[in-house]
Amino acid sequence: MTNAGATTEDADNDLSRRKFLTVALGAVAGTGAAFTAVPFLSTWAPSERVRAAGAPAKFDLSKLQPGQMATIVWRKQPVYIVNRPKDVTAKLAEHDSRLKDPQSAESQQPDYAKNGSRSVRDDLLVLIGTCTHLGCLPKQRFEPGDATLGADWPGGFYCPCHGSRFDLAGRVFNGSPASLNLRIPPYHVDGNLLTVGEDGAATTGAA
Amino acid sequence: MATTGQESKPGLMGWINKRLPVDQFVRSQLLDYYAPKNFNIWYFFGALSLLVLVIQLLSGIFLTMFYKVGEATAFDSVEYIMREVDYGWLVRYIHSTGASAFFVVVYLHMYRGLMYGSYKAPRELLWLFGMLVYLALMAEAFMGYVLPWGNMSYWGAQVIINLFSTIPVVGGGLVEWIRGDYAIADSTLNRFFALHVAAVPLAIILLVALHLVALRQVGSNNPDGIEIKANKGPDGKPIDGIPFHPYYTVKDLVGVGTFLLAFCTVVFFVPTFNGLFLEAANFEPANPVSTPEDITPSWYFTPYYAILRSIPNQRLGALAMLLAILAFFFLPWLDRSPVKSIRYRSGLYKFFFSIFTVSFCGLMYLGLQKAEEPYVTLARICMAGYFLFFVTLPFYSGKEKTTRVPQRVTFHE
Repeated sequence: MTNAGATTEDADNDLSRRKFLTVALGAVAGTGAAFTAVPFLSTWAPSERVRAAGAPAKFDLSKLQPGQMATIVWRKQPVYIVNRPKDVTAKLAEHDSRLKDPQSAESQQPDYAKNGSRSVRDDLLVLIGTCTHLGCLPKQRFEPGDATLGADWPGGFYCPCHGSRFDLAGRVFNGSPASLNLRIPPYHVDGNLLTVGEDGAATTGAA
Repeated sequence: MATTGQESKPGLMGWINKRLPVDQFVRSQLLDYYAPKNFNIWYFFGALSLLVLVIQLLSGIFLTMFYKVGEATAFDSVEYIMREVDYGWLVRYIHSTGASAFFVVVYLHMYRGLMYGSYKAPRELLWLFGMLVYLALMAEAFMGYVLPWGNMSYWGAQVIINLFSTIPVVGGGLVEWIRGDYAIADSTLNRFFALHVAAVPLAIILLVALHLVALRQVGSNNPDGIEIKANKGPDGKPIDGIPFHPYYTVKDLVGVGTFLLAFCTVVFFVPTFNGLFLEAANFEPANPVSTPEDITPSWYFTPYYAILRSIPNQRLGALAMLLAILAFFFLPWLDRSPVKSIRYRSGLYKFFFSIFTVSFCGLMYLGLQKAEEPYVTLARICMAGYFLFFVTLPFYSGKEKTTRVPQRVTFHE
């Protein structure tokens, strides 16, 4: 094809063929590179050991008095467990108008905790204690009325990093940098034994 | 000069030059590279950035000889370096002070570029490579801050990595992938170490090389913002140019001396710089269940951090922060003024540029304060001033009332 007698048409064919081969080679090499990248990128996912360590965590509720909070660790995240006094739960709906998402429509929680108190049992609040803004740990500010948070503060959590505020159901107040309510992990209660990290068969009925 | 006399050179240099163009390189990059003769004090910071890069590479290599990566060993190994390795404290303080010094000189270097329009044609790529160096530098500094595994390392990493969770749909999975765990953990530390000591430094060196090659191609800008190449003498050299070596190499030595004096003063007398360079909370080991009372990032990130938290919506906050950084990349195309240097630009431009300057410094200060009033409101005002500069620029810069740009470079002494 490239001998002395080649016509312009032959030369054009030659060039287009060469272009096709270049593009084809590029596509094949690119695909190969993409597939080769998969194992390397996969190494960054949580390893088998990490996944195995993510088993459910247990807590004995008898240790917790009304108004007290305990923190346990599940999947390396702090889980806040609050023995919520009855009068606090009763007043939760009063400040709905000051919340971004009072009905927990946007936030992450199991279906059995998607209610006014965001819990299975009214007196027990279980939530993942990392701020939905950028992951700091909101501090407990349970006393209503507060020097810095205002006289109308109903009690709840305050994140020291960026000033997000949450009520005692983990619902975020208007004006916070966080947009979502605190997350509720899957959990179930059997008598005084709280298990965080799995849905129980009897959980839905226990409410 | 097109002379190729190196073949005839006798002795060892002649032998080498036949095989490696040493003389040719020195001539083309230093002796025959003509820089404008009106460089002022702002022109020290490019060379100083290179110097700090070298300081960081050398001190960093020595730190890796003693640092032990791993959540159980990292903090202790840093304390070991500080207390038991002979002069280990010095090497570490040089490295930690170097990180802050890097940002001091880079910010001043960038500000110089803004003032004299060094981002404008034909220097757009030069500017973009510089911006990429800046991005890589931020990544490098962030990951380096995580390595000592103090409590501020841990929570700083938590906050920054969670920024990726604001990306719609893939955010949650992406964060887990970056951490390699359900929380910041050993796997996160390990990969950050790899990136901090190998991947990112290599990227920085490559980008700096490209930055310099692009600089040699287009030539340095100057405080008057005029092209010295447009006015050449009979010998083909720019009339307003002088050979980089020996004139600017020697001048830069003065800058290097002054810089090292300040640098050593910090290293020896105020290495923590009252908590600005090394924060108190980081002298405590990482604790996944206890957030420090105040989380503030290193001072060089605070302008963006102040923007992030002044918006009461997580996704918009992260977006504004990203835009604040990306705005610099678009500057060559946002600015339509035919005049480069601020010396000959309109009062309107100087007004917006002053607001930008004050806002940036204001945000830097406010990002270090608590997330309370009046700081939040002030940060919002500064954020508006910051973006005002970039947003208004394309609308007035094309028809700006500029003053007459001189034919030749001027001296203001």
